[in-house]
Amino acid sequence: MARASSSLDPGNPMGVTRSKILSRMASGDRLFSFVTRFCAYGVFILLAAIMISLIVGAWPAIKTFGLEFLVTRRWAPQLDEPVLGALAPIYGTLLTSFIAMLIAVPFGLGIAIFLTELCPLSLRRPIRVAVELLAGIPSIIYGMWGFFVLGPFLAHYVEPPIAAAVQNIPVLNVIFGGEMISNISLFNASLVLAIMILPFITAIAVDVFSTVPAVLKESAYGIGCTTWEVVTNVVVPYARVGLVGGVMLALGRALGETMAVTFIIGNSFKIDGSIFSPGTTISAAIASEFAESSDLHRSALMYLGLLLFILTFFVLAAARLMLMRLEKRAGA
Amino acid sequence: MSLYASRRRSNFVAMTLCLLATFIGIVWLFLILFSLFWNGVPHLSLSTFVEMTPPPGETSGGLANAIFGTVLMTFIGVGVGAPIGVLAGTYLAEYGRYSKATPTIRFINDILLSAPSIIIGLFIYGVIVVPMKHFSALAGALALAVIVIPVVVRTTEDMLLLVPNTLREAASAMGLPRAHVVWHVAYRAARTGILTGILLGVARIAGETAPLLFTAFSNNFWSASLLKPIASLPTTINSFINTPDANMKQLAWTGALIVTLAVLGLNIAARILSASKKQS
Repeated sequence: MARASSSLDPGNPMGVTRSKILSRMASGDRLFSFVTRFCAYGVFILLAAIMISLIVGAWPAIKTFGLEFLVTRRWAPQLDEPVLGALAPIYGTLLTSFIAMLIAVPFGLGIAIFLTELCPLSLRRPIRVAVELLAGIPSIIYGMWGFFVLGPFLAHYVEPPIAAAVQNIPVLNVIFGGEMISNISLFNASLVLAIMILPFITAIAVDVFSTVPAVLKESAYGIGCTTWEVVTNVVVPYARVGLVGGVMLALGRALGETMAVTFIIGNSFKIDGSIFSPGTTISAAIASEFAESSDLHRSALMYLGLLLFILTFFVLAAARLMLMRLEKRAGA
Repeated sequence: MSLYASRRRSNFVAMTLCLLATFIGIVWLFLILFSLFWNGVPHLSLSTFVEMTPPPGETSGGLANAIFGTVLMTFIGVGVGAPIGVLAGTYLAEYGRYSKATPTIRFINDILLSAPSIIIGLFIYGVIVVPMKHFSALAGALALAVIVIPVVVRTTEDMLLLVPNTLREAASAMGLPRAHVVWHVAYRAARTGILTGILLGVARIAGETAPLLFTAFSNNFWSASLLKPIASLPTTINSFINTPDANMKQLAWTGALIVTLAVLGLNIAARILSASKKQS
């Protein structure tokens, strides 16, 4: 603005400078507007580019295996005519994520209920920060910790007793049986995943619970409900959509998690129904085989990546739609 | 009366379980930090920061090249990603606030925010490594930039939306064009928030491994060239964990400690920054 006021200088015909400055400002405005718009649409372009590059990379495999890729159990890249199927990694991805959600959802909700309903105000922030810092730890650290610390512990003290206890019970002896290889198992990977997604579920559940109007809770307390009754009858029904959204968001994370899982799952392409034996997930298969692969094998790994992207895309899209519905209601 | 007792009992049981869940949830953080300090500290020394990554069989060596690679790629990644993210966030909150495309862009951005990072690695492999025919630090940095963009877009938009409209209106009433209102009023008011977002972006990518595995790859020697493969702390940890060599395993723990402390430090710094803004 300093320049504009200098145009009051009497030797300077004011109108000319003023219009010059104004036109410069206007063109600067247009340029800035254009650049920001370009960057914003860049997000679109990025998504499209990721999709296209995955399809291009996966094309040879898509042409060779087609949709049968999804249901083929065998993974034999070293053959002269490689047989590659995605069933084992898909199974491993869904199974580990499922077990992780089974563990993390009750814990995450429990922590959120504690934080919003029970916790003294002075403790609320430190506990929340501690849980959220868990989300900041890089995933490779989780993998390393699972491999060296949690894995051996599970393999010595947790898995053998469970396996021994259910030895003669049908079905259970398959789920908890199988060959155990030291610290590598689907169960270990699921547990590490559960720890990783716990902060996401907690953070979203706390946010969603705090959208419940205080009047609703107070009136429930007023007619004599216990804290637990308020939570189950007022808070959870009110926040249901958002909770489901948050859980789906965490599921999206769990499905695509790579480094935490790669070490501790063993990258073994088989399906034996046991959660104590090694397995693989889509991301673990890509991370451990991509660098040494070539041709059709590499393309098949791209195909796996494409499947993972589509899977997480739909899960995350559903999650966001549900959270958006909640936001709209909170805004109204 | 017995109904009352059973209600109280179920309340007590449920609340105890919640307390227990919180306790168990927090314990992990301390367990992980404890094992990192326990295994990482004994071998933390000056040589960790000045010597190169050793080949198997050595008894010395450090992580200097890996630390440098991580810092370099994080720096370039944020340098490329943050401006794009801030500008895109500006569009969503300022120029395009009422545009029809904005909700869709926001939606896509939120999906990219949680997209698996290994997919980003595959994407950069396809568009940069394949045409260049070799792994490079540049490819790694760009993969990290792609991860930073959605983080920064989201925080920038959120922070700009918090700026009171009366401020913008006052500036516009004085005849300032939109670009000036954004630069001199909105950005100034949202500065701490935007910086927090960028800091969170740095924290997010500094520990990323998956997108670097087949973009930046790894390198046992010092390299400052953007066109050559480069080592980074996470990928070095990744390759050292699986070796039988005790010295390399040690270095992996030390590296893990460094990465975790750096990332948690950045997270805490971002929190302090945003908290200081709320108070003022």
